[in-house]
Amino acid sequence: MTVLRPGPLAVALAALVAVFLLMPLVAVIPVSFTPTRYLSVPEGELSLRHYRALIENPAWASGAWLSIRIGIVASLVATGLALLFSLGIWMMQPRFAGLLMGIALLPMVAPPVVSALTLYFFLISLSKVNGFIAYDTWAGVAMAHAIMIAPFAVVLITVALSQVDRRIDLAARSMGAGLWTRIFRVILPNIRFGILTAFFLTFVLSWEEIGVTLFITSVNAVTLPRLMWMGLRDNIDPAIAAISVVLMTIVVLVVLTRTAIERRRGQDRG
Amino acid sequence: MNPTSRLLLLIGPLLLFLAAAYLVPFLGVMRWSVTLPEPGLGQYRAALGDPLVLSVFARTLRICAIVTVLSVTMAYVITLLWVRGNPAQRTVVELCILIPFWISVLTRAFGWLALLSNKGLINGWLEALGVLSEPLTLVRNEFGVIVGMTHYLIPFAVFPLASSMRTVDERVLMAARGMGASRMRIFWQIFVPMTKPGILGAALVVFVFALGFFVTPAILGGGRSVMVAELIYLRIFQSPNWGLGAAISVILMVGVGLLLALLMRQVRQGGAR
Repeated sequence: MTVLRPGPLAVALAALVAVFLLMPLVAVIPVSFTPTRYLSVPEGELSLRHYRALIENPAWASGAWLSIRIGIVASLVATGLALLFSLGIWMMQPRFAGLLMGIALLPMVAPPVVSALTLYFFLISLSKVNGFIAYDTWAGVAMAHAIMIAPFAVVLITVALSQVDRRIDLAARSMGAGLWTRIFRVILPNIRFGILTAFFLTFVLSWEEIGVTLFITSVNAVTLPRLMWMGLRDNIDPAIAAISVVLMTIVVLVVLTRTAIERRRGQDRG
Repeated sequence: MNPTSRLLLLIGPLLLFLAAAYLVPFLGVMRWSVTLPEPGLGQYRAALGDPLVLSVFARTLRICAIVTVLSVTMAYVITLLWVRGNPAQRTVVELCILIPFWISVLTRAFGWLALLSNKGLINGWLEALGVLSEPLTLVRNEFGVIVGMTHYLIPFAVFPLASSMRTVDERVLMAARGMGASRMRIFWQIFVPMTKPGILGAALVVFVFALGFFVTPAILGGGRSVMVAELIYLRIFQSPNWGLGAAISVILMVGVGLLLALLMRQVRQGGAR
């Protein structure tokens, strides 16, 4: 129970921080309705031309579709491999578990620019032997994303496993359950929520990924963030504001729904 | 099937994948720092003797330090309300933290451009109020980079702070209250010291993330306030000197590694308590 609630000063300061956090998101909205072709705030007249541009220019739809495809493949691969790895560490508790974990988490902690260089040179050398998983192809991007997001899946699944009671696994084992029975009938049902969360988070991370994508694509594998980057760098295109508003609306709806569901669950519990 | 082969079957695929597609190429790139253009430590001497490289390192450290102080302070203020506020405050604060957290770095950087650029909202308001005759330069400089990075990193500081604040024993605060301490005194002399591990953890996380930042400085800095990540990019792609780029990467990695080791020690000590 909290006895000492934050006082008016603390609430006022927190409100200032909240304004700082939301300000740039809100600022995007008026800009997206500007009638001009450059970044400006509409004066009087509002226009939907930049939203129309999103529909009329096929690059946006194909970028979004490419990002969805890459996101699904990359997060399936990353979550699958991370699940096996975390299960192995949890069930076998090998020596050097810390070291193995460190290797698995390396892409998460290394500076993104270093990872980007590494993957760039690796994909360039793959390009010399095949045209599928290569520089500037969707499969190449999906592979690079899988590497970058796998550590996050490892962390989430390991956290989920750490909450499983080891004794149920021991009980299953002592009653003669084999490795696969233990995994599929005992452990997986207990961590299914963690696996789903890992899949969802890694998908979002891939969907938004730009730091590495920037280096390993040029004109063929143009994902949605890559397309936004091109509109941000030189002449700032207000269509970026329109696509940002669309993406933000999705995020706000998802977050609000989640909060509402959690509140209802909390109330059900009493 | 014996235990060793079972273990390899489970942990093998991810480790093989990472080793083949990440670790080996990674070490290959790092090796250039001692092999290109000729074997030896020449590139490290060049990097540490080059005033441009040193000034970029100095700027990176300065920006990261400012960003760390700002984002941890702001995160502390808002986390306080998230953890200790009434239920309505908690919900509002949670939304203010989670919504920016899930929104892409590009949208957030764009939002700051819309606010801070010469024709942006803030300059527009200031001009309309008659405060200014010509616009303030708020982006394409260090100020813009600091604002954008702070905004990006606040949610990452919130999570360690929140878990630290949740472990504060309510009874200690009540005891202080019972003995007549003022609210301010309870906050500064009891609450803040008790959350010190969280503050340190948050600062390390933010600093490590900030060191490798590329996208936000590239958009909001406009090529004028180059940080280490952008310098590496320039040395590899624009004016190719792969050996030097690799040497700078290694120096950056060593810095990040040391900070992470510190963070792990912090986490372990926190866990032991």
